[in-house]
Amino acid sequence: MTTITTIFAATRETFGATATDLVRSHPQVALVYAEISGQFFGDARTAAPDRVINVGIREQLLVSVGAGLALSGLRPIVHTFASFLVERPFEQVKLDFGHQDVGGVLVSTGGSFDIAAGGRTHQSPGDVALIDTLPGWSIHIPGSAREVDILLRRAVADGGRHYLRVEEHQHGVEIPESSTRFTALRQGARGVVIAVGPTLGDVLDATAGLDLTVLYASTIRPFDRVGLRAAVEGSTPAVVLVEPYLAGTSARSVSEALVDRPHRLLALGTDREHELRRYGTPDEHRAAHGLDASSLRRSIGRFL
Amino acid sequence: MNQLLTTGPPPTGRYDDLAGLMSLMTGDEKHSAAATSTLDVIWVLYDRVLDVSPETVADPDRDRFLLSKGHGPMAYYAVLVAKGFIPADWLPTWATFDSPLGQHPDRVLVPGVEIGSGSLGHGLPLAVGVALGLRAQGSPARTVVLVGDAELDEGSNAEGLELAAATGLDSLTVVVIDNHSSSYAVPGRIAERFRAQGWHTRTVDGRDHDAVAAALTDRRTGVPRVVVADVEEKY
Repeated sequence: MTTITTIFAATRETFGATATDLVRSHPQVALVYAEISGQFFGDARTAAPDRVINVGIREQLLVSVGAGLALSGLRPIVHTFASFLVERPFEQVKLDFGHQDVGGVLVSTGGSFDIAAGGRTHQSPGDVALIDTLPGWSIHIPGSAREVDILLRRAVADGGRHYLRVEEHQHGVEIPESSTRFTALRQGARGVVIAVGPTLGDVLDATAGLDLTVLYASTIRPFDRVGLRAAVEGSTPAVVLVEPYLAGTSARSVSEALVDRPHRLLALGTDREHELRRYGTPDEHRAAHGLDASSLRRSIGRFL
Repeated sequence: MNQLLTTGPPPTGRYDDLAGLMSLMTGDEKHSAAATSTLDVIWVLYDRVLDVSPETVADPDRDRFLLSKGHGPMAYYAVLVAKGFIPADWLPTWATFDSPLGQHPDRVLVPGVEIGSGSLGHGLPLAVGVALGLRAQGSPARTVVLVGDAELDEGSNAEGLELAAATGLDSLTVVVIDNHSSSYAVPGRIAERFRAQGWHTRTVDGRDHDAVAAALTDRRTGVPRVVVADVEEKY
């Protein structure tokens, strides 16, 4: 594993290109969006006008139309910003996909604070926690453009219900192989750090020189209990969870995985207690939530 | 599966049986069909309009009927029994723990039911997606969704009816059962809302089977169509 400095393709552009390719090459794949990101879908609309549908600024309809396409036998990719894909039409996600028991791939962009300067209305730190209240969803947190491509293709091919959270921040690390299980990138004796998606680069910097196991997760539901247990077997049972959304979102999964193992847990992520009423840049928000490398190093050091 | 294990009289497919079938659910000695606002329209759909049968419930090209107004599904269940989709002996135990029939229908549990409903304002947007998907696959199937007049209070319907018109979704029909139950109703508003978006609109007596059938089979190319079925005021 090497930390590399190559600038990867941007994640949103990669999502657009991969979705366009899937629609062009698979007659059962449909793409539904609500104005947002239309510029990234290239010639998909002219290539398959019946299967590439812009519903306008209608996000309840966005989700329902996606589910209706699935009821008719198509495989829908449904996309807008996370706040308008998960939070605003949450009941449509719950009922029109879940209760109707149809499959689809919801792909969000924006994440917790990609649109930092846009303020709270365009920030969705709670999206993963919300999807996690619903049965039958796989949740993917790609940490690079390459993982966006791999995970989207896999989710579309797999069937079932998937949520893919595409954010602009990338970890900048070459992962040997993309897996739905946790990937052990370092082995250590003093504890186990789970780095989720784009947080990996900061986590590796923060834990450099510390005797810690580092697990990488780009798929967080289903949660790789076996992988975590195996890592904890070989280490002090001190677990640090670093998620780029609401702190503690996967804390219950860690508890379930280690139900019979006395352990300590530090769950890091975006602040649950306060709304951060600041604009600025994603880097400034990352630091404000304690998710930059130096903040992580301090938090992890205190915990150990 | 349950269907295969069930014995009982075969479905007769007669309108006159519906009141007796509904009595199996209500416990009334003789349930009044007129007490249920949706009964005549659902009957006419399955008897004269929709190309779907118990043998074609999995056919990709079957016509789709989506009951969006899932409240009070007794008339729907009675018609499904009369047409042979589900057995009559499911009715007396409806809404109990082991019954597939709930106070709101569930498509996963009931053969022939296209959507689970209960939360208002989901069926029409779903139907738009179903109809768009069928069209994309070259299917000749039509999609009919039944909503209530008060259900149209839900703003999600506005999103759906606008897109259906914009995409010229002529395989889609909305049936509005208007029993005048919406708070803040404005006379004539329902048809006007659809007409303003370019829908073909018809308003008929929701108890007149011939009028309902004629309106539901009157198709126009290039535009979706709404049939407002007027019935007596709720209570």
